[in-house]
Amino acid sequence: MKKEGVIIQLKNVERHYHIGENIVRAVDRINITVNRGDFVAVMGPSGSGKSTAMYLIGSLDIPTHGHIFLDGYDISVLGESDLAQIRGRNIGFIFQQFNLIPTLTVKENITLPMSLQGISKEVMEERAKKILEKLELTDRAEHYPNQISGGQQQRVAIARALANDPEVILADEPTGNLDSKTGERVMDVLKKLNKEGKTIVMVTHDHDLAYQYADIVYWLKDGKIEKVSKRK
Amino acid sequence: MNYFLFALRNLKRKGIRSWLTLIGIFIGIAAVVSLMSLGDGLKIAVTSQFGIESTEIISVQAGGSSFSAPGSDVVKPLTKSDVRAINELSSVEFAVGRTIETIKLEYNDVVQITSAVSIDEEYEKELYSIMDIDAEFGRLLKPGDSKKVLLGNNFYNADTNGFDKTLTAGKEILVNGESFNVVGILNKKGSFIYDASVMIFDKDLEELAGYGENVDIISIKVHNKDFISKAKEDIEKLLRERRNVDVGSEDFVVSTPESTLSQVNQVLDAIQIFVIIIASISILIGAVGIINTMTTSVLERRREIGIMKSIGARNSQIFLQFFIESGFLGIIGGAVGIIFGTLIGYFGTLTINNFFGATTLPRINFSLIFFSLLGSFVIGSAAGIFPAMKAARQNPIHALREES
Repeated sequence: MKKEGVIIQLKNVERHYHIGENIVRAVDRINITVNRGDFVAVMGPSGSGKSTAMYLIGSLDIPTHGHIFLDGYDISVLGESDLAQIRGRNIGFIFQQFNLIPTLTVKENITLPMSLQGISKEVMEERAKKILEKLELTDRAEHYPNQISGGQQQRVAIARALANDPEVILADEPTGNLDSKTGERVMDVLKKLNKEGKTIVMVTHDHDLAYQYADIVYWLKDGKIEKVSKRK
Repeated sequence: MNYFLFALRNLKRKGIRSWLTLIGIFIGIAAVVSLMSLGDGLKIAVTSQFGIESTEIISVQAGGSSFSAPGSDVVKPLTKSDVRAINELSSVEFAVGRTIETIKLEYNDVVQITSAVSIDEEYEKELYSIMDIDAEFGRLLKPGDSKKVLLGNNFYNADTNGFDKTLTAGKEILVNGESFNVVGILNKKGSFIYDASVMIFDKDLEELAGYGENVDIISIKVHNKDFISKAKEDIEKLLRERRNVDVGSEDFVVSTPESTLSQVNQVLDAIQIFVIIIASISILIGAVGIINTMTTSVLERRREIGIMKSIGARNSQIFLQFFIESGFLGIIGGAVGIIFGTLIGYFGTLTINNFFGATTLPRINFSLIFFSLLGSFVIGSAAGIFPAMKAARQNPIHALREES
């Protein structure tokens, strides 16, 4: 099932922030290589730069130095419009706070990334139906985010991430706002997606979660990679 | 992507704050729309009141301006000999002197003060044709009639004539205490000038009021209405000689239908300009309100903007989302304003009709509605340009990192 080859590569990536007079190196010369179909966890305490690393991979942020390759393309040199297209087609984001649009229904939240890519209504309906079924959300399609539980909201967020069938899913503390049982269910969904061939990069501070699900765990501290553990 | 759906949902979510923002646009558009629909009605009403439909009649009044009171004795009055002299002019078909006098009508023990206008026995047919009047009951005055009066249609109905008793042809009525026979009631004209008129032959009215040789207005019909300004010049020249005044210091006014109309229009235009200025200020305030609301909205929705960017929204798409939402704010304000403005115009026209006794039909101007809607959308979206640019430029990371 797994395709071969490198899909994400960070080469000597640095990201600096100016806070007053000081320069903070949120990410400091890191090198990460992710193969197609990998389940990668980025671990670290808060302030370690793990979220910044994820935003960089997700092309929401641009590195101060270094290069990031996605599927062979250097995304660190692309313009805003191209980056938006990559975020829309090649990457699916999942956030700790779910980040659904409150004024849209479950189904509209799922079709939103498709409509941003100008996909026709018929195709959107068809795809949304499949994704809703897959994540067992069909009976919640017309509900608004505030009408469903946290676990369901996170499943909607995963559904939205799958909307344009991206190869890479980036998850930022996906279980951080959920109790352990619903969290487990969400993780099982991610694991299943990984088995189907999606590349998953998950940021977490939860040691057990990282080791239970990920193939490779990168430990970050003060913006630097401290250690890399691979599943035997 | 469906920007309109988005815009509507967001406006719904914002609720009362959106509505408050719209007051400026609402007032502005309501003012413009009601003014436009009232203005049309007002013009038609005023024009018909002055009997300006007949385009071949010139009228002459003594006084420095056409708005001075007829018969006011400060000015040197026009006389019947002026009328005769004007009648001699080659460009003039005929000229009729008319006098308006305040009189006392008494009927059914009720007294009313009103004005009566004299009818020249010699030109009665021509006068009727100028005024385009006919009798609904009885007949018009005809030569040889004495102590007879012709009344406008308003005097007929017992409910509205103020006498509490139907007044029709054949009845006796007291004019300044003297008994007159009502010879006829005129057809309803829809203009108070005719419907409230009391017409008496010149010799009878002179006997009652004693104005001697003086006349208040000379109505002149020209031979050829294409040469109406030539006729006007002839009359002015003649009267300057007769009254011994120089060009520029005339103590009389010769007005053609066009000049009367243009005076009326000047007044109406002044009112319109005033209302348009107020409307513009309201709309400007409305636009500032929209800028304010949208700017606040961008700050409040930074997170949403971040989410949109994370799922692939381009800056241009974020811009359009806010831009269209802002336009919608404008269009909603405009739509409410149009509804109110149209209602004001509609009922205002009905009120004008009641007041003047005119029969102007309230009109709903669809192109005005269309352009007002378009205009309010343009104002709204223009006000949204800067907030929308600000939204598009949001850094998604900052937006996403804020705790919700």
